[in-house]
Amino acid sequence: MQAPPPEHCPGVESEQAGLVSACAGCPNQRICSDPNKKLEDPGKALVAAAMKDVKHKLLILSGKGGVGKSTVTTLLTRYLARSYPDSNFGVLDIDICGPSQPRLLGALGENVHQSGSGWSPVGIDDNVCLMSIGFLLGSVDDAIIWRGPKKNGMIRQFLSEVDWGTLDLLLLDTPPGTSDEHLSVVSYLRDDSAPDSLKAIIVTTPQEVALLDVRKEINFCKKQRIPIVGVVENMSSFRCGNCGNSSEIFPAKTGGAAAMCQEMDVPLLGSLPLDPQVTRACDAGEDITAINNATTEALATICSKIMASL
Amino acid sequence: MLDKVKNVIVVLSGKGGVGKSTVSTQLALALRATGHKVGLLDIDLCGPSVPHLLGLEGRDIYQCDDGWVPIYTDESKTLAVMSIGFLLKNRNDPVIWRGPKKTMMIKQFLTDVKWEDLDYLIIDTPPGTSDEHITVMECMREVPCNGAIIVTTPQGVALDDVRKELTFCKKTGIKVLGIVENMSGFVCPHCSDCTNIFSSFGGAELAQLAQVPLLGTLPIDPRVGVLAGSTASVLNELADSSTAQVLRSIVQHLDGLTAVPTSA
Repeated sequence: MQAPPPEHCPGVESEQAGLVSACAGCPNQRICSDPNKKLEDPGKALVAAAMKDVKHKLLILSGKGGVGKSTVTTLLTRYLARSYPDSNFGVLDIDICGPSQPRLLGALGENVHQSGSGWSPVGIDDNVCLMSIGFLLGSVDDAIIWRGPKKNGMIRQFLSEVDWGTLDLLLLDTPPGTSDEHLSVVSYLRDDSAPDSLKAIIVTTPQEVALLDVRKEINFCKKQRIPIVGVVENMSSFRCGNCGNSSEIFPAKTGGAAAMCQEMDVPLLGSLPLDPQVTRACDAGEDITAINNATTEALATICSKIMASL
Repeated sequence: MLDKVKNVIVVLSGKGGVGKSTVSTQLALALRATGHKVGLLDIDLCGPSVPHLLGLEGRDIYQCDDGWVPIYTDESKTLAVMSIGFLLKNRNDPVIWRGPKKTMMIKQFLTDVKWEDLDYLIIDTPPGTSDEHITVMECMREVPCNGAIIVTTPQGVALDDVRKELTFCKKTGIKVLGIVENMSGFVCPHCSDCTNIFSSFGGAELAQLAQVPLLGTLPIDPRVGVLAGSTASVLNELADSSTAQVLRSIVQHLDGLTAVPTSA
């Protein structure tokens, strides 16, 4: 049983670790306060070894849930895989409680196989593979009722025991928030000797109640020193299939993503209009690169901006 | 803990962004509009939305001898609100906490907030089935918790997660009062054609699958979105809208279950 950290724990990575008043009485104070003895998580070396052939890692983040992190991850993966047939892409779904990638990438019901070199991810396309906790569940109804430490253990396993092979880009789909999953993945993947190997994309919708949480996520990235490639505004408008007029379903009363990007000093990569055709294709796990409309055009622009920034 | 609270209702969904906070606030406002004294507790620590939705951003929590005093929306003191949003110095500050710290905060919200006599306490949750949910369910064993309202949107990818939440309710022994399907259709303001952007009937199918009542289907209504930032209830502002009708029937359903006499 692990003792809970003291209430105002400065965090083991802080320079104040073991030195502030809250540390008095903490069983780990001696380890924290001695800079030479600072123990590095043994998992970090394992992750680094397993990921040595993965060139770039891209976190898909958003403070808010349901803005389309998973959909954007899927759309990007499909489009990148189609546009860069000579590159290899991987997707890791670290949303432990609500994995969506198996459905969106059309791999519901697939199984992962264990081999000598670790878990083999599920192949989606010639140059795309996927790992998700969804593959380890017996049924869709199975719930993962885990507290933080157990989720962290699972993420560590996904990072260190999956046989990713050689990848040009690994996209990591995350749950909403700024908590265990996010801290774990960042602490395992951030490499201070190669700060550009881990970057983030932020997904938002135009209304203020979403932007409110997304600003928190941008500040999370700044605090954790993760470079932000840019912001994708999803569900920005809706074109009626009957009369062809556009309407704003989630009105951008505060200027939407464009105003927020300016305020927070991050680039805006583009806006994706809401499109029932794409929504349905995603639900069914179909490849969207065959669809040709405003949403996929916007997607093409976003993809080329992302590839240019890596 | 919560000894002056008669009924507790938890609003859950495995999926994020389906409208838990909007349903929670509008349900609280609808209960208030029908004469109840209501509390609203927001336990989404990383993304608190309730202060913004009720136009209460920037208000400060005061400490009294018995604990924290919740924010009252007006003089009548019929709606009390508590959220971590009131404790942050800046609205853009992230709360970067691991599980144990979140657990402590939620326990504090349940034990140290001075809720007065309440007919209903609505608890708004973050998405998922993890620390926040486990903690709140553990605490709910000691209080008169009526059960959970599950919010979903109709598309398959949301239903996958919501089915996990239903399993969570079963495993932790909390009663599911019913399912609310949100964002079920969008009526084009130009031609009045209704498009089911996020497909349709998902909520009904889920309710049948889980053998729980479907409490109602809420359309995407931009007029409801415009009410965000105020304490206006859909019941008064948009009395004829289908959103108001659904909320009214949910309130009736809850009153039928709990038989709380209206105090007004």
